[in-house]
Amino acid sequence: MTATATLVTPRAPRRRPAGANRGSSVLVGFVALLLIGMMLAPVVFIILGGFRSNAEITVDPAGFPTTWNWQNYADVLTSGVFWGQVGNSAIAAIATTVFVVALGLMAAYALSRYRFRGRGAVYALFTAGLMFPMTVAITPLYILVRNLGLMNSLAGVIVPQIAFALPLTIIILSPFLAAIPNELQEASAIDGLGRLGFFWRMVLPLAVPAVVTVGILAFVNSWNSYMLPLFILNNEAAYTLPLGTQAFASQYSVDTARVLAFTSLSMIPALLFFSVFERRIVGGLTGAVKG
Amino acid sequence: MTTQLATSATDAGSRRPAGEGAARVPSAGRPPRRRHETWRIRGELAILLGPALVVFVSFVILPVALAAYYGFYKWSGFGTPTDFVGIRNYVTILTDPAFHEALGHNAFIVVGSLVLQGPLALGLALLLNRKMRAQSVIRVLIFVPYVISEVVVGLGWGLMLQSGGALNGALEKIGLGSLRADWISDPALAIWTLLIIITWKYIGFAVILFLAGLQGIPEELSEAAAIDGASYWQIQRHIVLPLMGPTIRIWAFLSIIGSLQLFDLVWIIWGQYVASTAGTSTMATYMVANGRNAGSFGYGSAVAVVMFLISLAVALVYQRFVLRRDTAGALTGGSK
Repeated sequence: MTATATLVTPRAPRRRPAGANRGSSVLVGFVALLLIGMMLAPVVFIILGGFRSNAEITVDPAGFPTTWNWQNYADVLTSGVFWGQVGNSAIAAIATTVFVVALGLMAAYALSRYRFRGRGAVYALFTAGLMFPMTVAITPLYILVRNLGLMNSLAGVIVPQIAFALPLTIIILSPFLAAIPNELQEASAIDGLGRLGFFWRMVLPLAVPAVVTVGILAFVNSWNSYMLPLFILNNEAAYTLPLGTQAFASQYSVDTARVLAFTSLSMIPALLFFSVFERRIVGGLTGAVKG
Repeated sequence: MTTQLATSATDAGSRRPAGEGAARVPSAGRPPRRRHETWRIRGELAILLGPALVVFVSFVILPVALAAYYGFYKWSGFGTPTDFVGIRNYVTILTDPAFHEALGHNAFIVVGSLVLQGPLALGLALLLNRKMRAQSVIRVLIFVPYVISEVVVGLGWGLMLQSGGALNGALEKIGLGSLRADWISDPALAIWTLLIIITWKYIGFAVILFLAGLQGIPEELSEAAAIDGASYWQIQRHIVLPLMGPTIRIWAFLSIIGSLQLFDLVWIIWGQYVASTAGTSTMATYMVANGRNAGSFGYGSAVAVVMFLISLAVALVYQRFVLRRDTAGALTGGSK
């Protein structure tokens, strides 16, 4: 495909004698191509399958569409169920992201730029949160949410998601905020900016790259989240997209093509989001990984 | 997924104790306004830290603590638990062959993920770290599986691998019809199928981490080595790889914890009942099947506690081991 031509590594001419590496480059390119093909094959299968008919899929499960059948996609896109679930997923993901970023930024600012007793303990508490994945807490969490009367409501998904996303957010943001030079804060103080003013006017704009990273992670995680909605949302009207996709698949299990169309449409938003911001995520994690 | 990523940088966090980058609050210690100032700082801290702490403690710490409490009761999830059974839940769990099986599957996934994903992801990251055309396109493509949801992955692979599915169809087409198999329901194969799907799904995450780690290695080192006549592979082996140590160890840690908590993919592809007969059940699917789905919330909580303790023990041992490794590396670093 398009990648073929692009994989040949352009050598940095100054560093390496020309041609020395051509053979290995071709080999490397071939291996890369193969791996990427394997990475994409299942996704391509899902997307193309949506364009085929069930008869085709049964007779020749691994083939390409002979006639491009748009009906499956059109059916899904015109169904209220699909859009309802997209809406639910979007509300959950956006609310989660906004609150995680807001709470995480505030906490990270306090933890990275204030000196106070117990600072280390609070930081350690949040870090320990990484040791409590949702799987371990899901049963009592379900009971807690039920006692709060939040069953079958998106809030019952959003609030725990915020809580579980906070540790990572704070751990990525803290070093970032700590790295803002002190001189900047002193200069702002001389110009009459208090600590909160500094937070609002200087830290927020400076933190945008890290915020984008944690925001994307929170958004994509919420968009794909399965276990929590599975426990909390039992009412089809409240289903988020992953639950809805699964319900659709079992409801129309004989209509494979339609299931594939539904499935491929449901992965688009996360994909779009991620491809736009991929570079930022790698950049934002660099600080965190190196400590 | 959440858990996988969630643990990222745990090392980074624990390795940066008080001090380092934390700015002193300017004017915090000026004598005349000191008391007033202290209270102001406390107020600000309450505003800044309060909301996050409240949410975190009530929805992360509290449920885990509750699990420990519920675990001692036989409880159907309604009202307050009254039927105290002591450690009977734990005895049942630890003597249940089904749980042993699940634990075995988890262990298999832990090892399999490390062995398969580590080298592959490292290779991919090195590859993607070279300057090449359309690099960004390729990078995005590698991450596609990581970004799409477990449900999509599970449904897609499930349809592909079923006995009349695309994989068997493709094998037939290229003349390898004899390799047709029941990839999902054959108990001899299912766990390998699961491992392949997991590798496919999460390798993008490893590549992201490794790429981030690679970006932190100064290019001058490789350039200097290249001037000294080191080949590309020599540079990777003797300069890049050792410097990637910390990143690789963080990834391995996250991968292990993630494998121990594995739930979504198994539940989606194999479901509640098939997972145990096909030999792909995990501790988490055991927990949900025998906990909430069986109406035994006390028992489910006890399984959660066991899972947590196992993860914690593994994590502690690993941290110790990693710590030792890191100090050893620091002392003997040059000689290897």
